[in-house]
Amino acid sequence: MSAGQLPRWVDLGLIPFLNLAAAFLVSGLVVILIGENPLDAVKVLLWGSLGYAEGFGFTLFYATNFIFTGLAVAVAFHAGLFNIGGEGQAYVGGLGVAFACLALDRFVPWYVTLPFAILGSAAMGAAWAFIPAWLQAKRGSHVVITTIMFNYISFSFMVYLLGNVLKKPGSMQNETRTFEDGGRLPFLNDIFPSFGFGYAPVNLSLFVAFAACVFVWFLIWRTKLGYEIRSFGANATAAVYAGISPVRIIVVTMLISGGLAGMMAINEIMGSQHRLLIDFVTGYGFVGIAVALMGRAHPVGIILAAILFGMLYQGGAELSFEMPNITRDMIIVIQGLVILFAGALEHMFRPAIVRFFTPSRALAAKEA
Amino acid sequence: MFETVILMMDATVRVSTPLLLACLAGLFSERSGVVDIGLEGKMLGAAFGAGAVAYVTANAWLGLLAGISVSVALALIHGFASISNRGNQIVSGVAINFLAAGLTALLGQTWFRQGGRTPSLPEGGRFTDLTWPFAEQLREVPVVGPLYSELLSGHKILVYVAFLAVPLTWWILFRTRFGLRLRAVGENPAAVDTAGISVAWMRYRAVIACGILCGFAGSYLSIAVGSGFGVNMTAGQGFMALAALIFAKWKPLNAMFTCLLFGFLDAAGTRMQGVELPVIGEVPLQVFQALPYVLTVVLLAGFIGKAIPPKAAGVPYLKERS
Repeated sequence: MSAGQLPRWVDLGLIPFLNLAAAFLVSGLVVILIGENPLDAVKVLLWGSLGYAEGFGFTLFYATNFIFTGLAVAVAFHAGLFNIGGEGQAYVGGLGVAFACLALDRFVPWYVTLPFAILGSAAMGAAWAFIPAWLQAKRGSHVVITTIMFNYISFSFMVYLLGNVLKKPGSMQNETRTFEDGGRLPFLNDIFPSFGFGYAPVNLSLFVAFAACVFVWFLIWRTKLGYEIRSFGANATAAVYAGISPVRIIVVTMLISGGLAGMMAINEIMGSQHRLLIDFVTGYGFVGIAVALMGRAHPVGIILAAILFGMLYQGGAELSFEMPNITRDMIIVIQGLVILFAGALEHMFRPAIVRFFTPSRALAAKEA
Repeated sequence: MFETVILMMDATVRVSTPLLLACLAGLFSERSGVVDIGLEGKMLGAAFGAGAVAYVTANAWLGLLAGISVSVALALIHGFASISNRGNQIVSGVAINFLAAGLTALLGQTWFRQGGRTPSLPEGGRFTDLTWPFAEQLREVPVVGPLYSELLSGHKILVYVAFLAVPLTWWILFRTRFGLRLRAVGENPAAVDTAGISVAWMRYRAVIACGILCGFAGSYLSIAVGSGFGVNMTAGQGFMALAALIFAKWKPLNAMFTCLLFGFLDAAGTRMQGVELPVIGEVPLQVFQALPYVLTVVLLAGFIGKAIPPKAAGVPYLKERS
């Protein structure tokens, strides 16, 4: 029952759609369980996330985060690696952004700071992925486990740094000083006032995210390295026979993956919060797994999936406001269900669909 | 000094208990070839189920039963995804963690209206300390007294369950036919299949055992040490248990020592706050918090022996190709 038995539109369109539909159906049941009308909830969710410009701006802001973490997971997927450390890599990536902004914001405008922030976040994110990568490549220690461990190490590490080293003097909050204008990306509302994004924090990093998508597409499908990454992911043994160094591919892929996860911090830290603070990642790294799965590890799919999850975040916030019974935890439930049905149970509907799409003659011939 | 040591050990035992239960849970699952990073979610679900039912019924045992039921239900979802549907076990585990985190807070708020927490448990809804015979009389006896009445006596019943589960797990896994088969499906499922034993059913039983133990672990948090469920009250202990499992190289007795070590680090971290050590000065709390994970990474790097997982762990079993 391999791919290729089914028409392309079924494989890439119908099956993900059915999986999503199942996830939303169960979410609807949860809404009924807590005594609300699921159709009303959907209405509020759609209106809150797409119905007006400011809401859509928030949707895009969240989507920016998901694009970065989704790409990070996707790049690793192509090499057959599971990077579940996006959470920690993004968190530490925040350090890179903060260093660039704290050093430069008083002297130069934002467009000079931005390249340094991008480099800094990518470098810190990549550095955080390096040890798991190296251990996987050299010692065979499973990257899933080591990246989980590094998530937790990063939580302690960042709390320590922010509480003891980087803290603004005299402040009770565990955070750095607020960046000046040179360390702030312009909000899209300031660049395109006519769109009416209002207070939505969507900012220029959205375009950095799009650029990252193009970069990943080009890297994976148009370069020699990308070819090696895909070969290694498809069949590591064959790739080694083809002269591809597993150590190099594992380490380089994980560095790129960690770098992309780290860049998420540009959106949160330089784009919205304008200071480095505790717990700014709050699950975006983990949700990146769902985004990459739903987007089939392709940048276009990832953008679509990221917008979907952005809608859930923003619409869910609106929902908890309109229907106080449905708290923001509902979003986490929906995410869990999407990960379950679109990820872990992705093959559930496949046998039935294969049967449906296989002409009965071919089936009879096979059975004969 | 001696008293401090006893108090530290006492705290260590208390902190280690949920880790140990969850670690043994993971042991059953991973030994059968099902990787489980959803220990955290199952513990959280169990903590909620136990807290909610113990509050409503004012009966700790019914609470425990509910906790176990929730955890087993989540374990079955994981089993359905990773055994029957041959889905990705890591992804399924992540999904379980999300589901548990969201549903517990959401239902907690809907049912009890206290921001996701369950109300404080009534009399009888909580497990009480078990005092061993003569504990009070022996208290004054030097050395033996504190050891007996502080360290051994006076814990919740689930603490004793956890430590008794260690030899029991060892016996089941290494001295019974069930255990042999369970380990075999984790190493070479095809061979087990050839012998006419259902790989799927073996793995389902392992996953259910994992659910039961996680149920104990979660219930311990909400109705034994705690008095009610709090949002995200597991706070990463499921992942810590996973680290312990690897550190213990998937062996029951090692699991106990590892969980005691991790528990000790936690107790020490709390105790060392604000204490100046000679030469190094005050050690930040975060060092103690990160140390279990750092140690596990160092172990995985192969610097403290080598951790070799069950060979078929994480690989879905396909009976035959069609």
